[in-house]
Amino acid sequence: MRNCREITALVSQGLDRKLSFGERIAVNLHVMICSRCRNFQNQSWFLRKAAQRYTESLQNRLSKKSPND
Amino acid sequence: MVLSIDANSTHDPLTEPVLAEHRPVLFRYALLQLRDYDLADDLVQETLLAAWQSLANFEGKAQLRTWLIGILKHKIADHWRRSAREVYTSDFELVDGEDGEVDEEAFFTCNGHWNGGPTTWNDPEAALKQQEFWAIYEICHNNLPPKMARVFMLRELVGLEALEVCQETGLSETNYWVTMHRARLRLRECLEIRWFNRIKQEKSDA
Ligand SMILES: [Zn+2]
Repeated sequence: MRNCREITALVSQGLDRKLSFGERIAVNLHVMICSRCRNFQNQSWFLRKAAQRYTESLQNRLSKKSPND
Repeated sequence: MVLSIDANSTHDPLTEPVLAEHRPVLFRYALLQLRDYDLADDLVQETLLAAWQSLANFEGKAQLRTWLIGILKHKIADHWRRSAREVYTSDFELVDGEDGEVDEEAFFTCNGHWNGGPTTWNDPEAALKQQEFWAIYEICHNNLPPKMARVFMLRELVGLEALEVCQETGLSETNYWVTMHRARLRLRECLEIRWFNRIKQEKSDA
């Protein structure tokens, strides 16, 4: 059985590579019973979304600035 | 654990449209460092032009995008030199302290259980719409150790592939996983403390 530390490491990696079948099963079973790791998983996805949103809004903000300020 | 990359571009004939495909990534890369829309736009333009003129030098050894970023990096460095601003700490040499290991230990107990750990956030979607949230987001990002912040930025804000980030920063694959994971642990904790817990507090006070 993998512990929370190992599961969250896999959750992070899952954002950048396809996890193996065994890894996916391990993560899915674990987050069913562990709310903290489930939160971590949701929040990691949220962080990705927030980063994209941040960059978009930075582009908007800077493009609207008047040239003289 | 193998990082793969959808790099078909090196086999395509290098045409202007093929170069232009990389424009959005190059632009985000420049903008996040320069914080100046027009300047970023100019430098990306110059980069694509320079690339177009020296396509002969591109032998397909490097990934096309890695090569383009290399050119852009020089343009940005030139800009800093010309404008005599404080020299932009040339990124990739940044070394973080030895606190890394200690750092991750703090999040977990010795048998791998959470030490504290993530609570449930209240309506994260709503946070994305609030100006104050983004101020906190910036603070939390800037609180990361420099190299960690850079790795996270290249992957999540610029949108490079994991493998490209490794090439850019000289990180091994293993160190990349560890670095990104720690960045997420830290960012999430910072946002939880500075934003989501406060929102909860305000709700219960109201
Ligand atoms: Zn867990």
